[in-house]
Amino acid sequence: MTTLQVPMIARPVHPEGIWGWITTIDHKRIGILYGVTAFINFLIGGIEALLMRVQLSGSNAEIISPEVFNQLFTMHGTTMIFLAIMPLGAAFFNFVIPLQIGARDVAFPRLNAFSYWVFLAGTLLLHMSWFLGQSPNAGWFAYAPLTGLDYNPGKGIDFWIVSLQVLGIASLAAAFNFIVTIVNMRAPGMGMMRMPLFTWMTLITAILLVLAFPVITVALFELLLDRSYGTNFFFAPAGGDPVLWQHLFWVFGHPEVYILILPAMGIVSEILPTFSRKPLFGYSTVVIAGVVIAFMGWLVWSHHMFTVGLGPIPNSVFTITTMAIAVPTGIKIFNWIGTMWKGSVDFRTPMLFAVGFIVTFTIGGISGVMHAMSSSDAQQQDTYFIVAHFHYVLFGGAIMALFGAIYYWFPKYSGRMYNEAEGKMHFWLMFLGQNLTFFPMHFLGMDGMPRRIFTYGADMGWTELNALQTAGAFVIVLAVLVMMKNLWQSWRSGSPAPSDPWDARTLEWSISSPPPEYNFEQIPVVQDRDDWWARKRGLVPRRAPAGASSDGHGIHLPQPSFWPLVAAIGIFVGAWGILYSIPVLAIGGAIMMVGLYAWSFEPVNDPEPQDGEGD
Amino acid sequence: MAMTEQHVAEAHAEEHEDTSTGLNHRKMLMWAFLGSDCMFFGTLIATYLVYFGRSKVGPFPEDVFSIPVTSVSTFVLLMSSMSMVLAYAALTRGSLRSYRVWLASTIIMGATFLGFQVFEFYEFANHEVHIDCTKYHAAPGEFSEFKASIAESECTEGVTVYDGKHGLTPRTNLFGTTFFTLTGLHGTHVTIGVIWLLGLFFYSYKKGGVTPERNLDTDLAALYWHFVDVVWIVIFTVVYLFGVFEGFPT
Repeated sequence: MTTLQVPMIARPVHPEGIWGWITTIDHKRIGILYGVTAFINFLIGGIEALLMRVQLSGSNAEIISPEVFNQLFTMHGTTMIFLAIMPLGAAFFNFVIPLQIGARDVAFPRLNAFSYWVFLAGTLLLHMSWFLGQSPNAGWFAYAPLTGLDYNPGKGIDFWIVSLQVLGIASLAAAFNFIVTIVNMRAPGMGMMRMPLFTWMTLITAILLVLAFPVITVALFELLLDRSYGTNFFFAPAGGDPVLWQHLFWVFGHPEVYILILPAMGIVSEILPTFSRKPLFGYSTVVIAGVVIAFMGWLVWSHHMFTVGLGPIPNSVFTITTMAIAVPTGIKIFNWIGTMWKGSVDFRTPMLFAVGFIVTFTIGGISGVMHAMSSSDAQQQDTYFIVAHFHYVLFGGAIMALFGAIYYWFPKYSGRMYNEAEGKMHFWLMFLGQNLTFFPMHFLGMDGMPRRIFTYGADMGWTELNALQTAGAFVIVLAVLVMMKNLWQSWRSGSPAPSDPWDARTLEWSISSPPPEYNFEQIPVVQDRDDWWARKRGLVPRRAPAGASSDGHGIHLPQPSFWPLVAAIGIFVGAWGILYSIPVLAIGGAIMMVGLYAWSFEPVNDPEPQDGEGD
Repeated sequence: MAMTEQHVAEAHAEEHEDTSTGLNHRKMLMWAFLGSDCMFFGTLIATYLVYFGRSKVGPFPEDVFSIPVTSVSTFVLLMSSMSMVLAYAALTRGSLRSYRVWLASTIIMGATFLGFQVFEFYEFANHEVHIDCTKYHAAPGEFSEFKASIAESECTEGVTVYDGKHGLTPRTNLFGTTFFTLTGLHGTHVTIGVIWLLGLFFYSYKKGGVTPERNLDTDLAALYWHFVDVVWIVIFTVVYLFGVFEGFPT
C-alpha cells in the first residue's frame, strides 16, 4: 500500500490536536468546523448590520460615509446569505445527516473536507476585501451596470466575484456529496418515505444547489470577463443588456432563497414532533410540499424584476406563479400547527424557536404575498417594506430555525446540556429584538423610505421608528451575547448529556452523545418512519444485529488526509492570482493539481499499521 | 493476511454495490455533476441566444463561419465518442491491448477537435476582408451587411480593391463575446477530458490499474466524454447552423 502513497508526506494515521482538525474527514468534526466558522461570519455580518443601524438611528447622521454604507449593505447581505445561513445549514447537514440515515460517514469524506476548506478560502477572500482598499458596494445582487468598470473601477466587485466563485465550488462539492449520501447510504429499511424530514429537505436543497449554482457561476464568469478582459456581456454601449444580468442572477437567486429556507423547514419539522410527542402531521404532504416549493422556486424569479418593465404578460404570469408558491408553503405551516394540535407540548428552548419560526415566518410569508402582486409591488419595490419582508423570512425564519437547531442538537454534538433558563432568555430577547427591529420597517416602507439610503432628512418623519429599530437591533445583540455565554459555558462545563435527552424519534438519538467516531456499532435496520421512537416503545420487533463487535473494533473508517486542504489552498492562491496577477493563478493551479493528484491516488482506507490494532 | 482479505473485500464490493440504490457512489456523483453541467451550458447557450443578432458591428456569424470546416471537426468529435464506446467494450471484454488502441484513438480525435478549434479561433481573430470596390459600386446590395459597412468607408474615390484585417475577438461585439465564451468553455471541457483519458491511458500500464473488474474509472470518463460531445451537437446546431443558414429561427 505504501507504494501508492505520495512519498513526500506520510499519511496521518491518528493525528491529535490541531492536526486532527486540519486533516479530519470525519463528518461530525467538519460539521463543527462549518458551524463555528459560520457563527463567526454571522457575528461579522451582524456587526456590519449594526453599523448601518447606528448610522440610520437619527436623521442626517454622519457616523458612516455613504461610500462605506454601500459597502456595508453589500457585505452584510453577501455575508449573511453565503457565509452565515448557508454554511450554518451545511454544519447541520454534515453533523446530522449521516447520523439520521444510519451511516458511518458521508459518501465522499475527503470531498467533504475539501468543501469546508474551500468554503473557508472563500470566506477569507471576501472579508479580506475590507483590508485591501475596497469592499464590494453594488448590493448583494450586484446589478449591472453598477458593477461595470466605468462605474466601479476598484477591486471590490472583483473580490465579490472571485469569492462567490470559490464559495460556489464549495457549495457544489458539498451538494454532490449530500445527494449521493442521502440517496445511496440510507440504512437498510429506510425507504425514501421513511427518511426524516430534515434529511428530505437537505436532499431537496442539495438538488437546488446543484442546478442553481452553475447559473450564477456563468453569470459571474461573464461579469469577470467584462471587467478584466473587456468583453461586452453587460456593456450597454456595445449592445449588452443589463437586464440579462438580472435574469441570470435571479434564476439563481430565487432558488437560492429556497436553499436558505428549506433546511430551516426541515429543522422545524424535526423539533415540533419531538416536543409535541406526536408524529409529524401529514408527513407525506410536508415532503411533497417541499418538492413542489423546490420545483416552483424556478418559476418565480421575475417577481424580483416587476419594475424593470418586462410588460404586463410576464408580470401577470409571475404574479400568478408567485402567489401559487404560497400554497405549498401554507400547507407546511398548517401541518406544523397540526403537529402541535392536541400534542403534549413541551416548551423547551428548541421548541420555542420552532414555534417562533412559524410565527415570524408566516408574517414574512404574508408580506411576500402582498408584493407578489406586481401592481402592488410597484409601490413597494426598493422600499423598506421589502427589507422587512426578507428579514422576517431570513432572520425570523432561517436564523430562528437554525438557532433552534443549535440548541436542539447541542447535547448531541457537544455531549453537554445547555442552560435551559438562559436558552429561554435568549429566545425571548431575540423574538422581542427582531420584531422591534424589523416590524417598523413595514410602516417605513409603506411611507416610502427607500432601501440602501445612508441617511434621511428630519422632515421625513422617519426618525422615531428608525431609532426604535436601532434599539431593537441592540436587543438582538444582547440575545446573541446571552446565547454565546450559554453555549460557551455549557460546552466547557455543562452537565453531561444523555444519549437521548428529548425522547426523540430519529436515529441520531439512538447513539451516545457525542457519537463515537464510527457513529453506529452496527448499522440499524429501519422498520418505521419514526424508527427510534417505535423501537424505544417496542412498537417494532427488534431485528437481530448483523454481528459486529461492540467497541467499534474492526470498523474500517476512512483515514484522515492532507490533500483536500492542499487542493483548497491551491484554489485560495489561484483566486488571488485572478485578482492580482496571472502567474500566481498558475502557481495556485499547480498546488491544486498536486493536491488532487495525490488525493486521487491515495487509497480511501489505508489499513491500520500492523501494530496499531489497539488504537 | 489482513491486507489480502481487504483487497478481496474491495474487489467484491465493486461487483455488487452495497448501496441503497445498488448504484456506485461515484457514478451517481458523475450523473449529478452532468446534471449540474447541463445548467452551466444551458446558461451559456441562453446568453448566446439572447444576444443573437444584436451585435452592433461586424463580423457577424455568416462572415466568419465555415460550415464545411466545422462539420469536419464535429464529425471527428462524434467519431471519438464511438471510439470511446469501443474502448470501454474492449476493457469489459478483457482485452487491454485494444482498450489502449481505442483509448488512444479517442485521445487523438479529441486533440484533433481542439486543434480545429484553435485554428478556427485564430482564423476568426485574423479575419481578412477582401472587397472589389468596382463591384460594390455596381451592386452594393450583393454585399453582406458587414462588408457593405466596410466598403462604405473604405471604397473611396480611386480605390478599386480593398484588403484589410477585421478580426473577431471577444471584445469586438456581442457575437464575439458570447461565441468565444461558449465555445471556449466547451473547449476547456474537451481539454479536461483529453487530460483525463491520457491519465487513464498511462494508468493502464500500471499493473492492476485498469482491469475488466476495475472499469469504473473508464466508465466515468466515458460518461463525461459523451456528455461533452452531446453539448457540442447542440452548440454546432444552435451557433453554427442557425448562424449561417437563412430560414433558421433567429
